Formats: sequence, C-alpha cells, structure tokens
Amino acid sequence: MAILVIAEHDNQSLKAGTLNTVTAAGKVGGEVHLLVAGHNCGAVADAAKAVAGVAKVLVADSAQYAHGLAENLAALVVDLAKNYSHVLSPAGTSGKNFLPRVAALLDVAQISDIVAVESADTFVRPVYAGNVLATVQSVDSIKVITVRTTAFEAAALGGSANVDSIGAAAEAQLSSFISQELTKSDRPELGAAKVIVSGGRALGSEEQFKAIIEPLADKLGAAVGASRAAVDAGYAPNDYQVGQTGKVVAPQLYVAVGISGAIQHLAGMKDSKVIVAINKDEEAPIFQVADYGIVGDLFTVVPELIQALGNN
Amino acid sequence: MSVRESMKYDVVIVGGGPSGLTAAIRLKQLAADKGQEISVCLLEKGSEIGAHILSGAVLEPRTLNELIPDWKDKGAPLNTPAQKDQFLLLTETESIPLPTPPQMHNEGNYIISLGNFCRWLGQQAEELGVEIYPGFAAAEVLYHPDGSVKGVATGNVGTGKNGDQDGEPGIELWARQTVFAEGCRGSLTKTLFERFKLRNGADPQTYGIGIKELWEVKPELHQPGKITHTAGWPMDTATYGGSFLYHLENNQVVVGFVVGLDYQNPYLSPYEEFQRFKTHPAIRGVFEGGRRLSYGARAISEGGLQSIPKLTFPGGVLIGDTAGFLNVPKIKGTHTAMKSAMLAAEAIVEALATAQEGQAVEASAYTARFKQSWLYDELYRVRNIRPAFRWGLWPAMLYSALDTYLFRGKAPWTLHHKHADHECLKPKDECTPIAYPKPDGVLTFDRLSSVFISNTNHSEDQPAHLKLKDPSVPIKINLAQYDAPEQRYCPAGVYEIVGREEGAPRLQINAQNCVHCKTCDIKDPTQNINWVTPEGGGGPNYPNM
Amino acid sequence: MKVLVAVKRVVDYNVKVRVKADGTGVDIANVKMSMNPFDEIAVEEAVRLKEAGKVSEVVAVSLGVKQCEETLRTALAMGADRAIHVETDAELQPLAVAKLLKAVAEKEQPQLMILGKQAIDDDANQTGQMVAALLGWGQGTFASKVDLAAETVDVTREVDGGLETVKLRLPAVVTTDLRLNEPRYVKLPNIMAAKKKPLDKLTVEALGVDVTPRLKTLKVAEPAKRSAGIKVANAAELVAKLKNEAKVL
Repeated sequence: MAILVIAEHDNQSLKAGTLNTVTAAGKVGGEVHLLVAGHNCGAVADAAKAVAGVAKVLVADSAQYAHGLAENLAALVVDLAKNYSHVLSPAGTSGKNFLPRVAALLDVAQISDIVAVESADTFVRPVYAGNVLATVQSVDSIKVITVRTTAFEAAALGGSANVDSIGAAAEAQLSSFISQELTKSDRPELGAAKVIVSGGRALGSEEQFKAIIEPLADKLGAAVGASRAAVDAGYAPNDYQVGQTGKVVAPQLYVAVGISGAIQHLAGMKDSKVIVAINKDEEAPIFQVADYGIVGDLFTVVPELIQALGNN
Repeated sequence: MSVRESMKYDVVIVGGGPSGLTAAIRLKQLAADKGQEISVCLLEKGSEIGAHILSGAVLEPRTLNELIPDWKDKGAPLNTPAQKDQFLLLTETESIPLPTPPQMHNEGNYIISLGNFCRWLGQQAEELGVEIYPGFAAAEVLYHPDGSVKGVATGNVGTGKNGDQDGEPGIELWARQTVFAEGCRGSLTKTLFERFKLRNGADPQTYGIGIKELWEVKPELHQPGKITHTAGWPMDTATYGGSFLYHLENNQVVVGFVVGLDYQNPYLSPYEEFQRFKTHPAIRGVFEGGRRLSYGARAISEGGLQSIPKLTFPGGVLIGDTAGFLNVPKIKGTHTAMKSAMLAAEAIVEALATAQEGQAVEASAYTARFKQSWLYDELYRVRNIRPAFRWGLWPAMLYSALDTYLFRGKAPWTLHHKHADHECLKPKDECTPIAYPKPDGVLTFDRLSSVFISNTNHSEDQPAHLKLKDPSVPIKINLAQYDAPEQRYCPAGVYEIVGREEGAPRLQINAQNCVHCKTCDIKDPTQNINWVTPEGGGGPNYPNM
Repeated sequence: MKVLVAVKRVVDYNVKVRVKADGTGVDIANVKMSMNPFDEIAVEEAVRLKEAGKVSEVVAVSLGVKQCEETLRTALAMGADRAIHVETDAELQPLAVAKLLKAVAEKEQPQLMILGKQAIDDDANQTGQMVAALLGWGQGTFASKVDLAAETVDVTREVDGGLETVKLRLPAVVTTDLRLNEPRYVKLPNIMAAKKKPLDKLTVEALGVDVTPRLKTLKVAEPAKRSAGIKVANAAELVAKLKNEAKVL
C-alpha cells in the first residue's frame, strides 16, 4: 500500500521539513503520495511535485484549510488515510497538532517523533527528552507517524509527480482562526534556532560577552546562548542558559565559545548536528564532543572567525 | 510578604532520616498503647523521604527488632543478609588481609539502601497517622518569651536570586515538643548548641566525610552479601580514613570512602582520594565492565560518646546523628540513631503526659534513659578507638587491639578530642601539594559528572544557601594561607576560585550543585561558611543510596 | 463552568533516567516521581480560571497505579476541588488514556479540559489532541494564553515561528505549553487541606475501555555517545570545513 505524507507549508512555500519526511517515507518502502491541504496553495503544489520520490501530489484547496486548523485537516486526512498503510507528517507544531487527532479517529496509535525506520512496522523514537531511544513496533493496520526531520536527509528535487485535485471534507466548525503573530526578532529564538553561538565564563564580563558573542551571532544569523557558569557570573541573562537546567537545544550548528563543557551543559546541546568548540584549554571536555575544535584564545579566534565568515 | 500562618502539633520532628522517622513511629505506638492522642508532624527538606539519605549501609537490626518486630512481614527492604567480612590493609600495590575486629563482624546484619529503608519507615509512620511533609525545610527555630523552643518555621520561597522579591512566606509549626533529627551537623541544631550551651562539658564534635557511589557490576563479579573494608592507601598514616565495598542485590555494589575531617594537609581532596582508591589492584576488578549508577556524599559525626552534647532543653530534644550517636569502630550509626529516637520518644510521651498545658516541656528523662540503655554501653566500650587515631594508623591499631581485647572497652581512662576539625588544617606552606591522577571517565570521574548522577538541583530563583559571614575571608585567608581548601573538600564542585589569571581571584559559589553534605560548614578554617537550608525540595534526589 | 484537568505521574525532571542493563526498559525503582511539569501548568491555569470567577469547579483526574493518588493530592493542594483516580496497573498508551478521559468527560460533562502538551517520560504529545478528536471537540494545543468566555475560548498557541490565536467553541480541549503560567508554590496548610478533599476511584472495567497497548516496545537503549572530532588550526580552516565538509554554512 502507498504512503501518505502531509506537506507542511504556509500556502506560499513548501517547508523544508517536508523533504526530510519524504525521505523517511521512502525508507518505509512504498509509493509516496504528498498531500497539500491549503488555500490558494498552487505554488506549494508546484514545489511538491518536484520532490524526488513523490509519485503523486494530492491538492485540497479550500478556505477551511487556509490556516491548517487541526479539526478540519484531521477530517480530510482521516478520509484519505483508509487507502494508505502509513500516514506521515513532519513533527513540527503543525503535524503535532493535527496528526494525533487523525490517529484517534482511525483508532490507531500515533508513533511520535521517529528518528529511524527499522522496518515497515518498527521505528525508533526518543523518549525522556532524548536520553533514551525506544524501538517500538506498531500492531495497527495504519501507521500514523510524526517524523523528527533533523534525523533524515532532505529528499532531492527534480521529480515530476502528477498533481490530483481532491475535494474538501465537511468543515468541522469547532474552531476558527483569529490571528497570527510571527516572531520579528533580528535574532532567532534559542529553542528554534538553526545556529546557536554560546558563550561561557571565559568571556570574563558582561561587556565582553556582548562584544564577542553578539557580532559572531549576527554574522551567522544565530541565536545567543550561554553556559550556566556565564549566567551565574552575571555575563548573560537567565533565559540564555543552555543545559540541564536551562534550554535543551539541537541546532544544525552549535558554536561553544569559552565553554569548558561540563556534563550539565552537554546535556543541553549534545544533540546538535555539528558542534564547534573554541577554548584555550586543550583538555576541556567540550572537545570530546566537538566535531571541530580550535585551541586558542577566544578573544583573537572569534574576531578572526568573523572576518573569515565575512570573506565568504 | 504577608504574615506567616501557623499550625499546632503536639510534636514536630525536623528531618525524615532513620532517627526522625523512628521517633515518629515510636510516639504513635506509645500514644496508641496509652490510648492517648499525640499529633506528630515531620518535615523533610528533601523532595521526598529518602531523597537526601546516603549511607553505606550495613544495618544491625537490633533497634528495628525493638521498634517493629514484624518488619519482615511488613516488607522492610532488608534483602541482602551480610555474608563474608573482609578487612584489608592496602599499600599502593598490595593488600594484606587483617583479622576482622570484633566490632566489625556482621553476622545477622543486612546490607541495605538506607534511602529505601527510610522510604519504608516513612510508609510505616504514615500508616500510624504521622503527617509527613517532604519538600519543606525547617529554616528557623521559634522561641516562646520564656526562652523555650516553640517550634520551627519553614523557609520563605520564591524570593528571587537576591532574596529581595516578594515570595511566599514560610509556615510556623508550633509544638509542645520539637525533635531535631537533622542528621550530622544540623543547621538548626548548631544554633541550639549556642542558645542552650548544649556543648558545655562535651568534647568538640569531630567528623568524617563519606563519599559513595552505586555501581551495577557484571553478574559474574557479583557476590551478594560480601563486605569489604580497607584501611591504609591512599591515606597517609597520619590521616584517618578507609573504604567500604558492599555487594547488594540486583548486581549492585556500593563503594565508598570516608576521610576524617581532622586531616591537616589543605591540599588533600577526599573526592580525589576516593577516585584513586578505586584504582587499587585489589579493588578495581569488581568494576570491570560495570557502570556507575549514582553518586553522593555526606558528613558523619565521629566524636562518639565524649562529643555527645546535652540532649534536652526546654521545648525540644536532639536525636540521631545531629547529636552524634555513631559507633565509629562498628562503622554504623543507623541502629544507634534509631535507638536514641526510641528513648527520646518514650521520654517525650511521659513528659507530655505530666506537663501542664502552656508549660515548657523538657524531656529530661531522655538523658537518664540513654545512660541506662545498651546504646550507652555500646558507645562507652568503643569510646577510645577513634581518638587514638590522632597518633597515626599504626599506634592506633595497636591501641585499639589493646583497648578492645585486653580492657574489653572498660579501660580506666577516656581519650579526649582536643580540637575541632576546622582547627586542624596546616598552612599550605607547611604542606606538599598532592598530584592526583586525571579521571579516566570509566572507573574514575570528575566532580561535575558525579554531581550529575546525584540528580541534584536547586531552584535558581533563590539566594545561595551557603552564606559567607565575611566575603573577604575566602581570598584573604582561605586562598592566601590554605590555597582555598574548599575547592578540594567539597565533593560537589560548589566552590571555585576564578579570575586568578586576571589577578583578581574571587570565590565562585555554585550553590546549585550542593549535595547537602555539610563538609564546608565543618571544615572551613575560620568557620566563615554557614550552611543554611535552601528552599525545600532542593538538593540531591538519591535513588537507592 | 466545570474544568477537567488531567495529570500524570512521571519520573521527576531532575532525575537522570537509566536504561536497564537488559534493555527492556528504564529503571525507575525508588526514583523520585512527580507531577508532569506541563500538567502542573494545566492545574495552575484551571485554578486561576476559578480564582478569576470564570470557572466554578476544577476536577483533577489521573490514570494509573495507586501512587497516582499522590499526584492528585498535589493537584488538590494547588487548588483543584476534587479528584478522580482511574486506578490500574496496566500500561496505558496515549490512545487508551484518551479513551479513558473521554469516558470520564462523559460522566463529568466539563466545558473545558486542560492537559499538559506532553508528558516528559514518553514525550508523545498526543493525548489532548486524541481526546478532543474522540469527543468531537475543538482543540487549542501548546497554549501560551487562554481567554475563556461563556461559549468560546480563545487560545494563543506557540507555533513554529511565532504565535497563533484560534477561537474554539466550547466544550473544548486546551493543552499547555511552558510559558502559559508559572505554577504556584504549594503551601503546607493547603497540602493538609487537600487530604480532606474528595478523591473518587474508578476502574478501567467500569468505564468499559479497551486499553490494550498498540505499540510494543522491543527495546530501549541509550543514544550513542558523541565522539571527539578534529582540531583545526585557525578560523579560515574552520569556515572551510563548515562549508564544504559539514555543509552547515
């Protein structure tokens, strides 16, 4: 049976996580169909049909899907799901919102946030905040799955799937969209950032923390984080803290500047895709988890790094 | 902040360890026997009963048999009967088996997790109607105008990092009798010593720090019930210390090291001594292929009989290790702490029955009962052993043999403790730094990785609970004269000297790491560090310790 | 208006869980258990709605082993009026929990149900959405603001990239995110008073729900430890590596 992937989008562009979800679907094995449910979402459908590995794109274009309301979206997906062995969605706030609703209406379990596909019915998913990986097997006829997109590569572009328009389901009339307010910060939020620059106690003062860390973060379009030692010393505010008692982050790139890497800090960032460490102490534990390390004085290395980035 | 509410009980108990819980149980048992109603409330600063409990432990069930004779039927977690006793003297490379001293024989005893035992005692107490409130720290002793103890107050919470925010005020717990069962070096007990001059006539209390790890070992290396103690390496012969290694159930092994806090070399680090102890050829094998599950530390009272203070005062009593009932040569303090609690409870019930309402109650009969009990006899017989160790390991071993075998504990003299532990440090210039090996991350570990598995936390929104009386002392005296020994004796990495390179050294206190062992309060050379209770629920969350 | 709040007993967030040596599960023997932090936020929100006069009764419900009573007592101490405990030793997965909550909701007829967005043990993030679906109610998940009116509730939700506000017809389900509120300190006298508040027991059988698990856990393991990478000589080399090798720039 075929696999249905629900595209994440904003009616204008296809969100990147959809591509990773298509890859996860491909690992399950079977023909992959991509559902684009939205309103005036032709551009998204065009992007969707170009995703390699997608056999068919289904487009449900209706005002009731304009804002991805879970109640309406779930009704549509439930109707479609009966023809599929698997229903997958990226585990963003959209997929997490409507997909459990789909699972419940189908009377099946949802398998949340998978990071690996072992077979068509067996998946690996993190529990206990990623400290434990559970391998679970579903006994349900339809597997409803959200996908941790960072665990899978993005599918390539260059495909040319057929596009079918499908009708909308009856509107649930349980909820309505009022407004949205997208974050307009120059700097991304720590929890959602793709790149994070974090500073430790080696920065020495609040002024130096700002003077060194912020320009690098600006250059990288990164959020700013800090170790607990830096927060405790008053160099950075509380809400910057990354670690066991602060935020747990997993960006694409984590740059640790003057952070020794106590286990309490590592607990908050060890799932980052690439870790860079800049520290003058060659023995600092941060180097044991860093993909790339520079042993040196941060007060010279960071300005050099900003310059090197500028040359690109 | 608004005014504190108050609640009234017959008895309030501060601390949910073996002594506090035993007192609670005994009070309720006696009340039931006499058909009396005695309301009992117990406060515990840990997030739950057992969360802050750490001990070896080998339990001698003597007191438990007296308190709850049918403990087996009630499911007490005494699952591993003690089997073989082994006492080793270590040199750097060798281990020499010594005859096990009579106090250290363990037939009929059990290897237990004291934390789990306390969890069980807590259930027994609750079933008898004791109100137990974990997550609330008694932060202050309350007094009546006549000077007698009126009860305790729990700390304010949510007052912010600098203590200047409007938080939630604590609660006053008023009682006819307040039982202080805080464990070694109780922070309220310390104030009672002063107020009621309870230590007059007693030797200074002396202490040890015990550091412990729980391991899961390979099944083929596990010998349930096996008990090993060692003396000697890595301690020099002038420093009192030794190890314990017990095989529990479920492939679990506990290993720990105790160092007498009367040590002299400020460069000594009990934590690193423990880590390097594990690497001894006679010891390391058991950990091969195993994994470390938990970590913790706690000070213990080692002064023995000579150091026990006056136990009663108007409105309250001291029980358990905050008074100091530990039997050092036996390496056991649980049965003694529990016995002191039973004796106190019996005296309290009598005193409450005879006292007039509104009149300060002093359960003076507790002292008399103690002197007539087997507990006194037990502590009397071993009273000279620990003090003899100030002569060094060899003379002490020889003396202990004489005292034990020849005089049978009834020598016609008593050796005294002359100095408090904090007076024993020598200036750094008279001592040699100790080069400790680096942790390998397999058998030996750094402090912060250790604290990590003690599940320790304190809410950030509170002032540090480690108070400096004079903030200039850590640099002016501790660093200058002793190379800041708090960096080394703290087993949790709370104290760090930072800014040395910039020429502006200062003491950084990472209060969140604190495992509540109290060593800093004991060993700080000028007694400049005062350990007070943080917000209730903070501190370690020990499982199975 | 009545609010039903679901609370789960989980391993305390300070406790580092450990996989059992045989990989069959995590070892939670004698570890500290607490109310799921997101559920504390749910209870707090319900109690605040009551304090604001918008709600007349707050009912806390928990499903699972005997000790869930303690979790419910905490909810009562925080200000819930009464509690319902569906006691069972069976493993309950989110779908089963949703079905049981639906059954409880049908008995209690609340106008609003508040749950934590996810439990910090299984990290499923499903139950609220599932119970809303089964009841045919609207849902406002990951709430950072709840504005309750007589017939509707406006929920501001934390979504990727910002905030979104939806209007739900009552009855409805709300699941809480971290920033919705800061739960209060529980006061000692309130813990005492909570012991006297009603706590009713129900059974899975009486509710007529099939709770058979749909997912079988084959094994659990700790994630692979990261290994040390390489040291680079300078900033220029680092930028080249990040660009060409790691492909993160």
